[in-house]
Amino acid sequence: MFNVFEGRPETRERGEVRAATEQTGALGMRVENLSAFYGSFKAVADISMDIQANKVTALIGPSGCGKSTFIRCLNRMHEVIPGAYAEGCVKLGDQDLYGKNTDPVNIRRRVGMVFQKPNPFSKSIYENVAWGARINGYKGDMGELVERSLRQAALWEEVKDRLKTSGLGLSGGQQQRLCIARTLAVEPEVILMDEPASALDPVSTQKIEDTMHELKKRYTVVIVTHNMQQAARISDYTGFFYIENMGDPGRLWEFDETSKMFASPDRKETEDYVTGRFG
Amino acid sequence: MTQGYAKTTREEGAGQGPVFKSPTRVRYALDWVFRGLVFVATLIGLVVLAVLLIDVAWDGVPRLGWGFLTNFPSVSAERSGIYPALLGSLLLLLHTAVISVPLGVGAAIYLEEYAPDNWLTRLIEVNISNLAGVPSIIYGLLGLGIFVNLLGPVTGGQSIISGALTLSLLILPVIIIATREALRAIPDTVREGGFALGATRWEVIRSHLLPMAIPGALTGTILALARAVGEAAPLIVVGAATFITFAPSGPLSAYSALPIQIYAWISQPQPAFQVNAAAAIVVLMIVLLITNSLAIWLRNKYQRRG
Repeated sequence: MFNVFEGRPETRERGEVRAATEQTGALGMRVENLSAFYGSFKAVADISMDIQANKVTALIGPSGCGKSTFIRCLNRMHEVIPGAYAEGCVKLGDQDLYGKNTDPVNIRRRVGMVFQKPNPFSKSIYENVAWGARINGYKGDMGELVERSLRQAALWEEVKDRLKTSGLGLSGGQQQRLCIARTLAVEPEVILMDEPASALDPVSTQKIEDTMHELKKRYTVVIVTHNMQQAARISDYTGFFYIENMGDPGRLWEFDETSKMFASPDRKETEDYVTGRFG
Repeated sequence: MTQGYAKTTREEGAGQGPVFKSPTRVRYALDWVFRGLVFVATLIGLVVLAVLLIDVAWDGVPRLGWGFLTNFPSVSAERSGIYPALLGSLLLLLHTAVISVPLGVGAAIYLEEYAPDNWLTRLIEVNISNLAGVPSIIYGLLGLGIFVNLLGPVTGGQSIISGALTLSLLILPVIIIATREALRAIPDTVREGGFALGATRWEVIRSHLLPMAIPGALTGTILALARAVGEAAPLIVVGAATFITFAPSGPLSAYSALPIQIYAWISQPQPAFQVNAAAAIVVLMIVLLITNSLAIWLRNKYQRRG
């Protein structure tokens, strides 16, 4: 009667979080004809793109074009909203995320997400980072994992003396880096970032952009951003989302290497947007 | 338009704009009158309550003593005490808490976090709100039919467990509503953060939502339990004894309760029993004061933290 279980218990394999020494390479993702719905409203239509491993892919476009909706489909967070669903194919390496036997809970560990507004848990800094790893069955040295994750998120030096204090006591920029650290602690293959710096001051934004340069060496990064200069600074590939008329679903208007997208885009709307004629 | 006003004043510095003919004196007078009226309304309620409490305390406090607390009821008013009734109330409180809190919190978690948003869920929600308003004696009748008669062999008939089950049904809707409100107050960003790390819904509830919801839910729950302690009508119907010469021995044993004992003594003609009743009321008030203060302290602690 009620679908009380999400994820199908008989096929769930939670996948142990591996120690750093056994880290396998990041994976790319392939999206084929993805459409996402909120009830009967089609928010994005027929998106297809290749997301390269160990590269930063930026998604830009005016507000309301479905960028956030799309990115939430990449780790099956979209369907957490009641009445929301997606159709199409999203491949993480070889695995179809929307396949019949895929466990969404496991996918969300492998494809991590950092949200626009920092949302650390109301627990200690240590516990914020450790919790995700613990519930996913991490059996190694937790202290070492916490330190490693905080270092990768460029937060270790600032908090190493107060790991037991509450995560909510940090500044906005620090909280966001804490959210990045806890995502890294479960050793994802892809990291999704939904406008991670839009709520932060310029100094924190700079720190997070620096972090992303480091992150792409080990992970695949997809970032939604309204800040075109940011996209031009940090990304290798860029996708431009656009809506023609009000009420239409968002579409992927153009997708190419960042240098080309900003210097000589193919389509007029892309050029108008990146040169600031609208948006 | 300005007839009947004692005085009008012209706004200072009105210049060339429209003139505001403000009957200031009358406006202030009306303000004062209404302020007085609502103050009197408050006063009436408070004064009546204070008179009741002072009257009861005046009669009852002198009667309080160690003997009163440890004696059993007796045909002699001087030798009567509330020991079995007090013990019965405390045991009822304990059993009711153990039954109603897990059921109420569990139901609230299901309705708030798991249940899909369909007609069945909405039907359940409407019914729970309605049940919170059903008169307590109806719950007594329900308890009589089911727990005392139908399940008599299991519950021992007119026993503490029957009374506790009946009171649990009575306060269950209130606990469910209080816990749901506490869960609803937690922003969805907490849940999203948990899911995005590859957690199941139960893991998010257990590690994050329950700890954040417990203070608020606890406040409502304690107030609900305090209400259960003071109920008389449903307990009379399910057979709490009005005169009992032994202390309750366990969940299946016969029992009494403070409100029942008060009711029994008030029904006696002798004035000495009225005094006993007053003293028992004072004890009941103290028990309620302790539980309500605990709820308020918890709520303040939670508000300061959040």
